[in-house]
Amino acid sequence: MLLDVKDLKTYFETRSGYVKAVDNISLDMERGDVLGLAGESGCGKTTTMLAIMRLLPSNGRVLNGSIHLDGLDLLNMEEEQLRQDVRWKKLSMVFQGAMNALNPVFRVGDQLVQAIRVHENVNKEKALKRVEELFTLVGIDPKRATNYPHEFSGGMKQRAVIALSLICNPDLLIADEPVTALDVIVQAQILELIRDLRDKLGLSMIMITHDLSVIADVCNKAAIMYAGKIVEKGDIVTVFKHPEHPYSQGLLTNYPSIKGGKTKFKPIKGRPPNLIQPPPGCRFHPRCPYAMDICKKEEPEMVELEGGHFISCHLKTR
Amino acid sequence: MSPENALIEIKDLKKWFPVRTGLLHALRSGEQKYVKAVDGVSFNIRRGEIYGLAGESGCGKTTTGKVILRLIEPSDGEILFRGRDVTRLKKREMKEFRRRAQIIYQDPYESLDPRMTIFDFVAEPLIVHNIGDIEKNVADALERAELVPPEEYFYRFPHELSGGQRQRVAIARSMILNPDFVVADEPVSMLDVSIRSSILDLMIRLRDDLDISYLYITHDLATANQVCDRIGIMYLGKLVEEADIRELVDEPLHPYTKALIAAVPVPDPEAEKSRAVISGEVPNPVNVPPGCRFHPRCAYAMDICKKEIPELREVKEDHKVACYLVK
Repeated sequence: MLLDVKDLKTYFETRSGYVKAVDNISLDMERGDVLGLAGESGCGKTTTMLAIMRLLPSNGRVLNGSIHLDGLDLLNMEEEQLRQDVRWKKLSMVFQGAMNALNPVFRVGDQLVQAIRVHENVNKEKALKRVEELFTLVGIDPKRATNYPHEFSGGMKQRAVIALSLICNPDLLIADEPVTALDVIVQAQILELIRDLRDKLGLSMIMITHDLSVIADVCNKAAIMYAGKIVEKGDIVTVFKHPEHPYSQGLLTNYPSIKGGKTKFKPIKGRPPNLIQPPPGCRFHPRCPYAMDICKKEEPEMVELEGGHFISCHLKTR
Repeated sequence: MSPENALIEIKDLKKWFPVRTGLLHALRSGEQKYVKAVDGVSFNIRRGEIYGLAGESGCGKTTTGKVILRLIEPSDGEILFRGRDVTRLKKREMKEFRRRAQIIYQDPYESLDPRMTIFDFVAEPLIVHNIGDIEKNVADALERAELVPPEEYFYRFPHELSGGQRQRVAIARSMILNPDFVVADEPVSMLDVSIRSSILDLMIRLRDDLDISYLYITHDLATANQVCDRIGIMYLGKLVEEADIRELVDEPLHPYTKALIAAVPVPDPEAEKSRAVISGEVPNPVNVPPGCRFHPRCAYAMDICKKEIPELREVKEDHKVACYLVK
């Protein structure tokens, strides 16, 4: 198993109390898996990933759980060892909006060279050679390494930050909303690149996005999050074609598609709860059309329906 | 199409923004350059219709919407609203036009005044247009936007509301004067996925109940597919194709439209994957290519495409395309 997250609980300390951003979630991935993590803003997708990277802001607390990457216990590792051995070499991340975080006063190639030399003991020439290889891999003309970020188009900047995340051959790449700010044709180009990297390098990836069509386009596994919990997970076809949790069903049936005629929307009523005081029982029950008495009192457990399809809902477990 | 059917007719609309080049350039008698954001666009919007205008960023779709409302003055062309040219209206007639034509902006976090209560914000158009019975009108408008009970929202401020609720407030305000025409500029792109469908649903219902026509501006063909009746595709300031939404999605004719549609991912893991059929990105709008603006990226470009600008012409009933490939 490449990544094994068990019962992860991550809260944020605030003046009005603990924000229960990620509450007892478990995830696992095999090598070569591309996992899509979907959910609305504030459901805890990014917090989960920051906890895995150990990059939580200073008020973030991991209260429970374990995270193992390729057998390494990430939560009990010294910061220095994590920095030297894990980050970027085993686990790297393309942050949301990273394409706008390239330093405008340095050449793009030099920024990659610098990152390589921080992690690996190589001279400048070798690092430059590596940058050229990476640029070719992500579809940028290697001659453009001497350009400044403003000379790059949006799509090229996104390719450059993907190259930046690959400088040390990571085992697992986490990409947070990698295509959200891009135009549709550029988005398709980047999605092609991501599928290409998956197939060529056998790269394992986690895609965090609220865009379900992007997940359907590149992932082989999916997990749906709601209010700090994973409500359903499994292989992509099962989750997308036969969703069992009322929240996944609501999200998927209301997702606009270019295929097929107009569908009648049946929007999910209400909005996600405040995570300082989430509703008791199942966190989705105030919005759930099928809510029963037990849903208001008892928290549903995650159970396996069949072949790796997990769901946490009283409707299915009774 | 008979003109009686059309609420709005746009004829050869242009908006050119001058590029500031500085004194030195002017002294060297350099010619004035323009960003031709909208460059000769013509289309009609029928009564009670949702007309989509789609394209990538920088194609001129938002400028077109704003020019139609004269929030930006057009450089050239006609905008006929019920047969009268909006660009020639006198001041009083213009006020009447403003009552009948409204806009919903993209970002409800920016478009609401943070210092105004919801009541004041929604009531403002009534005060400007001197319409009485404010409290009842505001309550009705909020209720129509499904903010119930309306009284509960009267004295709240925008920061107390979620994105979806804010967009509903913006919709309530734009509907309070019973407009005939609303420009909706990417009304759901800033909202969360689970809320998008309910806002689109609301817009469709208001259309059905109040017979409003919309210009729905979007970069997202998937939502356009769900709400529009007809759609126009823009590329670098020009309309390249226009058709009924079903026809356009199922049988696109222009190579650019085909590329756009192929690029849209489908929320179905078993469907065909999105493809980037064309490479590169939209060129700089200051130096637009001669001839067909799409020719440098077009796989089928012929000699004529590099020299002459193809006209938008009807090739099938209600299906127009600007391309030399299409006979």
